[in-house]
Amino acid sequence: MKFSESWLREWVQPQVETAELVEQLTMAGLEVDAVESVAGEFSGVVVGLIKEAEQHPDADKLRVCQVEGPNGESFQVVCGAPNARVGLKAPFAMIGAVLPGNFKIKKAKLRGVESFGMLCGQTELEAGDDDSGLWELAADAPVGEDLRAYLSLDDKIIEVDLTPNRADCLGLKGIAREVGVLNRCDVSAPQIETVAPATDSKIAVTLKAPQACPRYLGRVVEGVDLSKPSPLWLQEKLRRSDVRPIDAVVDVTNYVLLELGQPMHAFDLNKISGGIQVRMAEQGEALTLLDEQEIKLNDDTLVIADDKQALAAAGIMGGLSSSVTAGTQNLLLEAAYFDPIAIAGRARNYGLHTDSSHRFERGVDYNLAAQAMERATGLIIEICGGQAGPVVVAEDQANLPTQSTVTLRKKRIESGLGFAIPDADVIEILNRLGLEQLDCDEQGWTFKAPSYRFDIAIEEDLLEELARIYGYNKLPTTTNFVPQKLPSKSESQKSIDELSAQLVARDYREVITYSFIDPALQQRFFADDAAVNLLNPISADLSVMRTSLIPGLVQTCANNLKRQHSRIRLFERGLRFVPGDQGLAQVDGLAGLICGERYNASWHGGKEPVDFYDIKGDLESLLAVSELSFGFEAEQGLKHMHPGQCASILSGGEKIGYVGALHPELAKAVGLKKAAFVFELDLKPVLQSKVPAYQNISRYPEVERDLAFLAPVQTPASTMLAAIQTVAGENLKQLKVFDIYSGEGIDSERKSIAFNLTFQHSSRTLNEDEVNAAVDAVISKLEGEFDATLR
Amino acid sequence: MENLQALTEEALAKIEQSNDLAALDQIRVEYLGKKGSISALLKTLGKLSPEERPKAGEQINIAKGTVAQAISAKKEAMEQALIAAKLASETIDVSLDGRRAERGGLHPVTRTLRRIEAIFSAAGYGVAEGPEIEDDFHNFEALNIPAHHPARAMHDTFYISPSEVLRTHTSPVQIRTMETQEPPIRVICPGRVYRCDSDLTHTPMFHQVEGLAIDKKMSFADLKGTVDQFLKAFFEADVPVRFRPSYFPFTEPSAEVDIQCTHCGGEGCRICKNTGWLEVMGCGMVHPNVFNSCGIDTEKYSGFAFGMGVERLAMLRYGVNDLRLFFENDLDFLQQF
Repeated sequence: MKFSESWLREWVQPQVETAELVEQLTMAGLEVDAVESVAGEFSGVVVGLIKEAEQHPDADKLRVCQVEGPNGESFQVVCGAPNARVGLKAPFAMIGAVLPGNFKIKKAKLRGVESFGMLCGQTELEAGDDDSGLWELAADAPVGEDLRAYLSLDDKIIEVDLTPNRADCLGLKGIAREVGVLNRCDVSAPQIETVAPATDSKIAVTLKAPQACPRYLGRVVEGVDLSKPSPLWLQEKLRRSDVRPIDAVVDVTNYVLLELGQPMHAFDLNKISGGIQVRMAEQGEALTLLDEQEIKLNDDTLVIADDKQALAAAGIMGGLSSSVTAGTQNLLLEAAYFDPIAIAGRARNYGLHTDSSHRFERGVDYNLAAQAMERATGLIIEICGGQAGPVVVAEDQANLPTQSTVTLRKKRIESGLGFAIPDADVIEILNRLGLEQLDCDEQGWTFKAPSYRFDIAIEEDLLEELARIYGYNKLPTTTNFVPQKLPSKSESQKSIDELSAQLVARDYREVITYSFIDPALQQRFFADDAAVNLLNPISADLSVMRTSLIPGLVQTCANNLKRQHSRIRLFERGLRFVPGDQGLAQVDGLAGLICGERYNASWHGGKEPVDFYDIKGDLESLLAVSELSFGFEAEQGLKHMHPGQCASILSGGEKIGYVGALHPELAKAVGLKKAAFVFELDLKPVLQSKVPAYQNISRYPEVERDLAFLAPVQTPASTMLAAIQTVAGENLKQLKVFDIYSGEGIDSERKSIAFNLTFQHSSRTLNEDEVNAAVDAVISKLEGEFDATLR
Repeated sequence: MENLQALTEEALAKIEQSNDLAALDQIRVEYLGKKGSISALLKTLGKLSPEERPKAGEQINIAKGTVAQAISAKKEAMEQALIAAKLASETIDVSLDGRRAERGGLHPVTRTLRRIEAIFSAAGYGVAEGPEIEDDFHNFEALNIPAHHPARAMHDTFYISPSEVLRTHTSPVQIRTMETQEPPIRVICPGRVYRCDSDLTHTPMFHQVEGLAIDKKMSFADLKGTVDQFLKAFFEADVPVRFRPSYFPFTEPSAEVDIQCTHCGGEGCRICKNTGWLEVMGCGMVHPNVFNSCGIDTEKYSGFAFGMGVERLAMLRYGVNDLRLFFENDLDFLQQF
């Protein structure tokens, strides 16, 4: 809502300067977005009349004008504007004038012809955007009068950004009411005279959808003359509210909308067949709007129709066929109440947003129509002449809103706001806001909310009004928010913070990528998997919900490689969205990616590229945070991964993720010039942990044995380790692979794998026979099961 | 006996001139060994009278002690010199980098979230998370935003289906918390949220932290105190805070919270658009309709809620001047945090 300060001050006269007024509005919840001067800083500019305009002898584009200024005196002015013509009234900057930017007007000579001053356009005075030529002033503008005084340019335009609950302030009347409350001063609304009917002309109105439109006022005005534009004062008010003057009738309806907040519409009466019906549209019914756009209506849209067709989308926009044009003589004026629910979202469905729909969606005072009708009739007859018929009121009382009755308890003021506001203040604030006190007792009061406040229905709404007017910042502030109990924190539940700390310590950098990705990328990674699509994506390349965090990491890696980072280590935590038989799963996960050199280039070397065991080591250190045990097994079922360098991560037999090399072909396709290794896992099982349970420490010596075997090259170490565990007995304390060798000196089908076994007994020293027996069992197990031979 | 003095001096001179441990040992054998020349003098004691013997013996022993001590001192000096030489040969350039894994880092949004969480955790707030694809009830209906409410238009919602959306705020987590927990409740809900909007100052995904406190006798004054203290703690400054009436369907009364511009100190600058204030949060007292949809008795309990944009706070705190940097994930940007 944009309005001029001087217009506001016609309604209410608080003794505050602009800056304080603006501060008051903002701090009362009517946030002022901008304050602009109506025109730039200038002086010495008057209304000039071009009496003669001759071609400049030496310049095609210049004219030599005789301009009448103050006291009938004429001045020769050379002017280059295309619209400089005899009879035009335009701003005239006289010798000595100062224009915006401290531009001083002096006597000048243009191509040999003297010029005494300058004729101005809107932009030169910073008073508008029209830079096509001279500012064409009204024909009745008083020649010689100071332009600032004539147009009241010493004025500010205030723009208020209103929250959706404050529809009552979408008219100047509402803003004035607020200013009156804030300054505790009275509001002097302009007198609106009732226009007595001069004719009997009227039109029948039928409410066929009374829930959507329970009140419709129509009035015929005949014999109007649209040849005359609206008067200057009206045009200027519209202009300062960013509304373009069109013709007197449209201007008046716009004026009433801005002044009172009631959207109105004017039809050309002669273009209406029969009576008015307010009804729901037929599905697919066509309507060409005022902006010449043809829409196909949905049956949830309320229309104003005649006996033949829809004339207007109710509360949104009028139709072209019944619109007022230059030749219109007879009008039907409309002022109605449309239920917000019947209007909400409809304009948006047709890609529209109008001043009218904006107001009706939020709620227009249902008792305002009659007043607005009188206001509009009076102004139209004043400007365009004509004769008004009686106001036709079609009403369905049962469907009209009722004014809410709200009880306010004194103790609620204190418990809700932390502060007791004096009774007299409570009553004054609420009265000035338009609430009517119905009842009062020891406990509090009962008020009736005004019909323009759709946002007042319950006690809390009144608390807000009191707090708002009293001033949020004057209300007390307390700090006694001590928790009543200590929070319980499970020791066996790890937090994501601990996991990310581990990754950060291993040189991983956290990234945050969008949860929606390019469907082409999704397809490239997971061609066979279903994914969730957005119905209304912001762009085609952000339209499918990720089923994995990997594509985002890979894309981030590719982008950074392009920016000359050669060593990249990333992780991300977030949800992935996996459709399945049980419905959509939103899985909290963690993923990492490494690419490039193992270490930053340094004097001690380390330029070799990362491999599978780098990322697996990082992952193992991450899983160690959980303190539970996890397993790995070769994984060949993931098409986006290298089939020979990928392992599933197992927790209690369940696959909870995977780690490995990105498939080289895929890596190439997405622009990675180096091998990239990734892991992805579900967070939930990894955040499980256990509370430590102490075991007695053995004081007896450990016995170590190293055993090297030749085994078929394909045999996974993990299965051999598992086999050893089954036969080595309960005294085996630790088991690890300490050497792997294949190559020269060994059959190419076989590899050497060496195990280190540590034995220890908890309560005595082991004897040699016990250890030898365990070692023999291990040897025969591996030889028997894996075709292994002891080296 | 007459040559004891001479032998001693001769030995001491040899010790002085010796330059390795073997030569020194040789000298020890030559003078102090069983057959050494000073030891041999002891055998001549028998030729002396009983009166002379003790004195002469003592002199020999003193001489032996003197030589032995000299050998020991020389040996010690030689060993020290050897160690010093070895250490000198082992000297390296300690100014070179150590062999190490570098340290990574958290995304600035996560870093900011952690800071917010830490401040509220200390005041007894728990942390709750929830789904990002939400149903209409939790994202809108339960928050007093019925279908066709004008506030829905403010949200620019992404739809998955007519009844499922990408959550437009983390408020649905508050609803889920109220559905499952009995008051008193103190919880903050951090996470990703989505709005169908993208330009210089909007990204279609961003982060919010919302907070909820429900107890007996919670008032607007408690809300003001909590928000005021949080902002002072977060910015580590006694920054002026003001509350402006605003509108959110799920709170009543509602407020926008401004802090005095951290950039210009309230003088007015580009960052605060010359207002001297920066909008940082929204908040309010929980609307009774919200309590009703979660089955909380409004006569018994009251509560407040607040919400803030994490990127906004991160930008103010770290001086980041372009929102979009947060999601470009350029390492040159991320490495600064």
